[in-house]
Amino acid sequence: MSRAEADGTTEAAEATGTTEATRTAEAAAAAETRPRPLWALALFRSELSTTFRRWRTLALLGVLAAVPVLIGVAVKIETSDGGGFGRGGGGGGASGDGPAFFSQITNNGIFLVFAALAATLPVFLPMAIGVIAGDSIAGEAGQGTLRYLLVAPAGRTRLLLAKFVTILAFCLAATLAVAAAGLAAGAMLFPLGDVTLISGTSVSFGDALVRAVGVAGVVALSLVGIAAVGLFVSTLTNSGIAAMATTVGMVVTVQILDTIPQLHAIQPYLFPHYWLSFADLLRQPVYWDQLIKNAELQGLYLAVFGSAAWARFTTKDITV
Amino acid sequence: MDEPSGDAVVETRGLTKRYRGGQLAVDALDLTVPRGSVFGFLGPNGSGKTTTIRMLMGLIEPTSGGARLLGRPMPRAARSVLPRVGALIEGPALYPYLSGRDNLLRYDAADPTADPRTRVSRAAAALDRVGLGAAAGKKARAYSLGMKQRLGLAAALLQPRELLVLDEPTNGLDPQGMREIRTLVRELAREGTTVFLSSHLLDEIEQVCTHAAVMTRGRLIAQGTVAGLAAGSRGRLSVTTPDPADAVRVLKEHGVTDLVVLEERVSGELPSPAPEPADLNAALVRAGVRVRAFGVEGASLEDAFVALTGEGFDVAG
Repeated sequence: MSRAEADGTTEAAEATGTTEATRTAEAAAAAETRPRPLWALALFRSELSTTFRRWRTLALLGVLAAVPVLIGVAVKIETSDGGGFGRGGGGGGASGDGPAFFSQITNNGIFLVFAALAATLPVFLPMAIGVIAGDSIAGEAGQGTLRYLLVAPAGRTRLLLAKFVTILAFCLAATLAVAAAGLAAGAMLFPLGDVTLISGTSVSFGDALVRAVGVAGVVALSLVGIAAVGLFVSTLTNSGIAAMATTVGMVVTVQILDTIPQLHAIQPYLFPHYWLSFADLLRQPVYWDQLIKNAELQGLYLAVFGSAAWARFTTKDITV
Repeated sequence: MDEPSGDAVVETRGLTKRYRGGQLAVDALDLTVPRGSVFGFLGPNGSGKTTTIRMLMGLIEPTSGGARLLGRPMPRAARSVLPRVGALIEGPALYPYLSGRDNLLRYDAADPTADPRTRVSRAAAALDRVGLGAAAGKKARAYSLGMKQRLGLAAALLQPRELLVLDEPTNGLDPQGMREIRTLVRELAREGTTVFLSSHLLDEIEQVCTHAAVMTRGRLIAQGTVAGLAAGSRGRLSVTTPDPADAVRVLKEHGVTDLVVLEERVSGELPSPAPEPADLNAALVRAGVRVRAFGVEGASLEDAFVALTGEGFDVAG
């Protein structure tokens, strides 16, 4: 019943002029057609399977998984003559100077996971999220299916929630696709074994694997901000393409802003600012400072743009 | 329970929608759809029918006034009312990359009252009902316009409904498909479902509807039973002849007014009291007019419409 009441508030916010009589009538109606307890789950499941059965989604994941394989093959070819890899060490905890991890790949295949995540996080991953998030509401509006979902009635708040949870699931799936492909390619092309961390400490392969999972988790979490922005943009337009382009454009623009020194005052509030903090998990002991700042920043974006998306979507006239 | 008029399935009071550009799409609409009727919602393209339907379904917020669906206020009671309402709004909308069956399953999953255990069988029954059983596994992308329209109807029929709102349901269908839809509508009405049918096709409304409302430029100009609306105007005499000029002269002598010649077809208003049509025909033949066809056309909804609005059935500006 709490679910029904929660939605009642949403609708009340949209409606004007409530009388006691209509409230009674609605209460009686709610008793007649009570939603099933696990229904929200059904909507989420439908959302998830609709998204992940699309060729577009699978193609995005495929492209993401191809990146670490390409990096691995390139490094293998580059170093096959016995020489070392040209670039400097993969250090650098401070945000901005990206940890490359390239030089360690030949020593230990697991570094391909970190190298691939570092390579895809600035562009490929947020672009893929931008496509899925931007299309989430706007795409449904554009093809007209949104009106049928709403008269089903899916409930605007719950539909938005199902959409957002699905986007988050895609963030995780995309990150795992890169990480898993990186690990597989790394294991096939290069030796595995004890891992020397950025801080110089050596840990067992098992420990490193746990850290790799942690890194993937942090990278997925880093995408929450852009996911929330994309969802909000998606509620503004009825064109999926426009929403996708806007969101992806935003990813590029904000990262450019993040490199302009004169804008250092606002840079700690830009969602990609702490993205490369995941490297701090590869220290002994772990540097939590930037990792926590990153989580806080993503939470802030989630709160601000999530609320904005909700406010917009629950009051919007659906005219398509 | 508080139900202002228990027999009205749809009731609007002063329902008004002004879009942001200042355009008044729907102007103080007072509409009452009685339970059990097949209600024709008639009006030219752009007269505000779809905006009205969207307000009824809670998709857009009225600027002022209110609407009650199944006796409950919209959009406040959307969660409890809409599961009992099936709708086809402004054409079907489908996920092109899903099969027809999966499209229905998706819409059904969005309905909070739908039983997941019977989902597959209800979808199959709905597909059979609209004649799509054989194409259920095909991707919706490959559907023709008529098949999409049928699939949209199937989505509206996933559950037993008290009210069906069908916006232009025969758009894109061939004559055979149109007839099937009309049969389906009659069948549903017999089962006790109230059908609210919007259309710009007068003869469609005339064929299936018991009640009708006429809208033009955002305003409701008439509502009532179809028979009552049509009774408002008299019939016209129509003669098809290779000698229209002579026919006009003879008919004029017999008091027929408002004579219109359209190539070989002469039509006019019968005087009152109306003379026996057979006598008129005899007079024409006596005067040497070769008559190919002769008849009095009964008063139609179209006549009523023209009489009501004093204008043709054009797109509103």
